[in-house]
Amino acid sequence: MSNVPDEAATREALGPGLLKAAERSEIVVVDADLGKSTTARLIADQYPERFITFGIAEQNMASAAAGISTIGFTVVASTFAVFAEHAFDQWRMSVAQPNLNVKLFASHGGVSTGEDGASAQSVEDVGVFSSLVNFTVCVPADVVEAEAMVAAAVDNYGPWYVRLGRAKVPIIYENGSSFQVGQADTLREGNDVSIVACGLMVGRALQAAKLLSDDGIQARVINMSTIRPLDTATLFKAANETGAVVVAEEHLVHSGLGALCAQALASQNPVPMEFVGIQNRYGESGKWFEILELLGLTVDGITDATHRVLSRK
Amino acid sequence: MVYEAKSGHIGGSMSAVEIMTVLYSEFLNHDSERPDWPDRDRFIMSKGHATPVQYAVLSQFGYIPEDELKTFRQLGTRLQGHSVLGKPPGVENSAGSLGMGLSFGLGQRLGLRLKGSEANVFVLMGDGEHNEGQIWEAAMAASHHRVSNLIALIDLNGIQNDDFTEKTLNTNSLADKYRAFGWQVRDDIDGHNLASVREAFLWAQSVATEGPVALQFHTVKGKGVSFMENNPAFHGAPPSDEQFEQAMTELS
Repeated sequence: MSNVPDEAATREALGPGLLKAAERSEIVVVDADLGKSTTARLIADQYPERFITFGIAEQNMASAAAGISTIGFTVVASTFAVFAEHAFDQWRMSVAQPNLNVKLFASHGGVSTGEDGASAQSVEDVGVFSSLVNFTVCVPADVVEAEAMVAAAVDNYGPWYVRLGRAKVPIIYENGSSFQVGQADTLREGNDVSIVACGLMVGRALQAAKLLSDDGIQARVINMSTIRPLDTATLFKAANETGAVVVAEEHLVHSGLGALCAQALASQNPVPMEFVGIQNRYGESGKWFEILELLGLTVDGITDATHRVLSRK
Repeated sequence: MVYEAKSGHIGGSMSAVEIMTVLYSEFLNHDSERPDWPDRDRFIMSKGHATPVQYAVLSQFGYIPEDELKTFRQLGTRLQGHSVLGKPPGVENSAGSLGMGLSFGLGQRLGLRLKGSEANVFVLMGDGEHNEGQIWEAAMAASHHRVSNLIALIDLNGIQNDDFTEKTLNTNSLADKYRAFGWQVRDDIDGHNLASVREAFLWAQSVATEGPVALQFHTVKGKGVSFMENNPAFHGAPPSDEQFEQAMTELS
């Protein structure tokens, strides 16, 4: 297995995932002139009539996707995360309110898009789409989980938002691993503290857990890749058994996974929590890993937060 | 309906009465017994505030019991203030935020084409609604993808929420714009003359297989009631008791 890469961008899963899905399902893929970057355009060679581009017009793409779905197709829309937000009301009224079968795969999510700067970096997309009733919202930890999510999105009815990334990040899962929507995955056991993460912060959480273990701290690491509906059973169990929770995400802390976990825990079992994420600011140009460093979305950021939360236990 | 509910958009409903009536009685291929029939024509209400005329027509054609019209906008009703897909069956889209219906109808036609169906999609829009940029995204895409059997119906009543359209944001000639976007257009239709409306739909039917069609209906907001006609005050306001009595006398 020497030719298997050890890192990849989650966006690389979209095109191959759609090709597989097209074999078993009536899918139509709609695009807003970014099909090469999102990799969705891969489907166009084999299924040219199933790939429809609407040009640089995300609002039209969103409402048209809704219209196509009413004819009995599963519609997959793709663009960059920031441009998905461009059509917020179309996702709200054309797709979410009538609960139509449209899947939005938004690549270049988070700040790890890098050099393009703040306008191209979505610090708020998970919160934006989590605010839409009926939407399932997911952020995969690696390319393997991302491809399993493409299959799950196509096979389950309803609107979905899936954030994909541009940065090549470590592959965590073995090839062919499955993904169950709404089910968190406990990647490492531990009873001193729980680290709940999504996206590229999952890999960093695993690294942090290793360092913490050298200090005698056993951290449980949970990949909360479904943001909505949140797997509260796994979350409550973790809070009960470890008594402290750190949430790590490439997103604004006030509207993402951390905020949703805190809300859930507040009504059940409030335990000390710390949040590793973006604090009320936008990103800027730079190499993707430099921006993560600037914003504290690092292994050290997670270990520091863990020590803080443990001191409050 | 609007009088009973003490709210609702009456002016832009009355301007579209003849368009909707001729469409549902003579051109739209539909069946209230089978509202989910895959090969039916679709009617998309893009100006989603014009639910009074939409529900009245759906009631005439067997989708809504007449008694139910009194529940318009009341808690628990299927007859929501703005159109909601599937409430009741026969309402084909959700609307209220303006400018989305043409995109939605375009998507339906693209889907129908993939299924090999030639069913028509009719989309009713207001003229003020054309302030919304999304309509022009859809107009460009419909022409680019050579979408047949997509027929835009423009209710050119000249008034939007606050004031006359030419004072609010002058759209100038919508017909010229649609032509420039590659659509087949008729802009000489009297939207209150049944013969004129009928003739326009016949023409649309004859050319719709070649690409998207826009019919621009010259209409009067609040048509049929003297004090409502061409009066921006009756975009979104219900009549008073006295006005209701007078309107009923004028319409009877």
